[in-house]
Amino acid sequence: MAKQVQQLDRVIIRFAGDSGDGMQLTGDRFTAETAEFGNDLSTLPNFPAEIRAPAGTLPGVSSFQLHFADHDILTPGDAPNVLVAMNPAALKANLGDLPRGADIIANTDEFTKRNLSKVGYSVSPIDDDSLSEWRVHAVPLTSLTVRALDGLGISKKDAERAKNMFALGLLSWLYHRPTEATIKFLESKFAKKPDIAKANIVAFQAGWNYGETTESFSVSYEIKPARLAPGIYRNISGNQALAYGLIAASVQSKLPLFLGSYPITPASDILHELSKHKRFGIRTFQAEDEIAGVAAALGASFGGALGVTTTSGPGVLLKAETVGLAVATELPLILVDVQRAGPSTGMPTKTEQTDLLMAMFGRNGESPVPIVAPSTPSDCFHSAIEAARIAVKYRTPVILLSDGYLANGSEPWQLPDVADLPDISTEFASGPNDGENFLPFKRDPATLARPWAVPGTAGLEHRIGGIEKADGTGNISYDPNNHDLMVRLRQAKIDGVDVPDLEVDDPDGDARVLVLGWGSTYGPIAAAARRVRRAGGKVAQAHLRHLNPLPANTGEVLRSYDKVLLPEINLGQLALLLRARFLVDIISYNRVRGLPFKAEELAGVIQDVIESE
Amino acid sequence: MNDIVNGRGLTLVPKSDTKLGMKDFKSDQEVRWCPGCGDYAILAAVQSFVPELGLKRENMVFVSGIGCSSRFPYYMDTYGFHSIHGRAPAIATGLAASRPDLSVWVITGDGDALSIGGNHLIHALRRNVNLNILLFNNRIYGLTKGQYSPTSEIGKITKSTPMGSLDKPFNPISLAIGAEASFVARTIDSDRKHLQSVLREAAEHQGTSLVEIYQNCNIFNDNAFEQLKDPEVRDDITLRLEHGQPIASASKAVRQGPRGLEVVPRASVREEEILVHDIHNPDPSLAFALSRLDEPAFEHVPIGIFRSVDRPSYDALMADQLDQATTDRGPGDLADLLYGGDTWRIG
Repeated sequence: MAKQVQQLDRVIIRFAGDSGDGMQLTGDRFTAETAEFGNDLSTLPNFPAEIRAPAGTLPGVSSFQLHFADHDILTPGDAPNVLVAMNPAALKANLGDLPRGADIIANTDEFTKRNLSKVGYSVSPIDDDSLSEWRVHAVPLTSLTVRALDGLGISKKDAERAKNMFALGLLSWLYHRPTEATIKFLESKFAKKPDIAKANIVAFQAGWNYGETTESFSVSYEIKPARLAPGIYRNISGNQALAYGLIAASVQSKLPLFLGSYPITPASDILHELSKHKRFGIRTFQAEDEIAGVAAALGASFGGALGVTTTSGPGVLLKAETVGLAVATELPLILVDVQRAGPSTGMPTKTEQTDLLMAMFGRNGESPVPIVAPSTPSDCFHSAIEAARIAVKYRTPVILLSDGYLANGSEPWQLPDVADLPDISTEFASGPNDGENFLPFKRDPATLARPWAVPGTAGLEHRIGGIEKADGTGNISYDPNNHDLMVRLRQAKIDGVDVPDLEVDDPDGDARVLVLGWGSTYGPIAAAARRVRRAGGKVAQAHLRHLNPLPANTGEVLRSYDKVLLPEINLGQLALLLRARFLVDIISYNRVRGLPFKAEELAGVIQDVIESE
Repeated sequence: MNDIVNGRGLTLVPKSDTKLGMKDFKSDQEVRWCPGCGDYAILAAVQSFVPELGLKRENMVFVSGIGCSSRFPYYMDTYGFHSIHGRAPAIATGLAASRPDLSVWVITGDGDALSIGGNHLIHALRRNVNLNILLFNNRIYGLTKGQYSPTSEIGKITKSTPMGSLDKPFNPISLAIGAEASFVARTIDSDRKHLQSVLREAAEHQGTSLVEIYQNCNIFNDNAFEQLKDPEVRDDITLRLEHGQPIASASKAVRQGPRGLEVVPRASVREEEILVHDIHNPDPSLAFALSRLDEPAFEHVPIGIFRSVDRPSYDALMADQLDQATTDRGPGDLADLLYGGDTWRIG
């Protein structure tokens, strides 16, 4: 049967099911196939904190959204064109996001009376006309899978578990995805259980064949590879990019990496990744608590390592005292905060930008710390190197503010040439710096950094600590004027950190409204700005990567527009800082839903600001 | 497996080319403890003992937390890190785990180690990082001016407990053995010879050594250990722990009773009935039982090394894994790492 093939420029698919249904794996594999095919893509995993929430319930729904296109895209997409719903809960939880006319592929086997009643359906929505606005493909995924695996000699339970691969096969057919890599992946993932590997591969192929033969799908779709900048690409998540960035920072600084960390969502994957790379001389230390994680990292820094700790908001609080000690002792340290919804435990798997003020001010005393925030998953790589550069050059703790959206989201990454990465190496102190004496707090006049004299260096024995130190000698000092001087010197050192100017993207150069952002909002803001411009609106866009110190031209940029709009996934934290610092009015746009902004939503907000001119 | 695992604690620390003396380890900082404080005696004992280790001075590091004793690193002319309350074992763990060429010493007190830093202490002990932890136990908070500590006796009247403290104290030795520390000892500030002999063993031990040092705070808890210093009674209440020797004081002896260890008049038992001390016993139960003999307090007090067993140190095992990973797959290459996944080319 010849089927129609339709060309599309972009598609947004959302896989949704129970948290035990393997939706994240299904999404990951579809992403890998899509990356291999050469589309641009962006992903948004969304899952509950519970490992296995009660089956079939709304809180147990786990989803994975993938946006892919034949052109460069910036976000995982606002609204899915296709929803794969593995059960009634997955349908109900996601239906609100689905625009009219979208496709729904529903696993009818799970639409049982019991499952329907769990989420408050008295009649199956597939059977009445409540889904008439959408194109519903009722597919008995589970029983088709079980039938396909008949004769393989595996249990019914194992056969049913392979239904996600059946769904993946079907979607792979529907969008002309390459399949070899998924088969290889399944072979290697289940290498120790060949019958399970076989079952998953057969289910995957059965799903593909079902698409080709069934009447339910009369059209399949082609999305041509994207014409991205020439280069070699790989798909990467923010946490993996961040881990690779830390490894690169170790290589480029010629300092052995020491990671002290305590498991916490959504940062743990950085610990997992780094622990695999011991042949780079990387030591990963899973500490007894958050405090010990950062303390061990600082101890390693004292010994001449690149000390790193990774955590999320609740952990940052616990580490604050040690970060203060790093400020006082002026040792390099990188604190990675993968922000999540708070306060307190909040929503561990959901994203937020609510730790900015804590990063700025969450310590006792005058305790300035540089802050760097990556803007996309792949930018986590370069931001990690940048954080290390500042930490090493200025002998200071640096806070790297990632978030849950960047951490788990992924995108194609144009791989850098390793030879082009910056040299961020430094020199340890090797001899006296004041006649015959060594003064551990005598500063480099250019950077105000103090010498880094590591144990094992003869003649430079010295003591450091959290008590205020006399300028130069570093001896304990309670002298009032010395304290005032040291407070100002530490501040001046951070204020003087070299950061590049803020760049403004304004294609026509005549916009009167600036939309500003920081961190992970880059994609939605840039996508929104494009939409506004396509519709004839004029808007300039700028994105801050350095939040402390701010780029030197920040005030000038802000003042050169009639209006400055600042969307943040908090209640206006950067806006507060900018208003105070530059006395510029900022129009804040804030949503704190644990989810990234949607491009359409922001485009509307930008348009409103332009029109209110 | 790396051959230092079962070696001694200082194998990788470079030796000094010149003979160093006590004065080489005295920093130029004025010592600022209260006159009469037991810390002076411990400082002098350490400064006069460390030269005999023959190590390079620059390869010794003293790390401390917060409290009177934690000022100690300022007075040693080595590398030093006066950190924050309770965290010294964690900071020292990062340092020792990444620098096996250093002899790392943690100086802490009963509040620092057992109250605010209790978690770090037990985890350092179970990991067996190559550290020497000197726990100055004066059974009181000194620097905050006299509140009861986690080793103060029940009913202690202090500024924060005018009607007496309510909580049962920790026995640091029991706690350390409970955490399966590989080296646990107790000594006293006033007995320099004994203190130094314990420090020597601690320094050379591979892994974490915990040394509890009874230390007198003459301002807020004077004479807390008077019984152990009073010539009239000290020989009767001090149970000297020496490897291979019967455990006994001048008048008492320890023997295995029907419900565990018991202390009996020495004259009432035959010599062969007295328990012979074995610091290398891999089972910590007997060492733990010995640590409980100090109950009620100061009726009889075991002093010396409770336990010293060989166990691979955390830092050596960590270094082994790095070596193993490099041996198996070669040293890391950044370009290989970045380009090693599923990649595709555009253009």
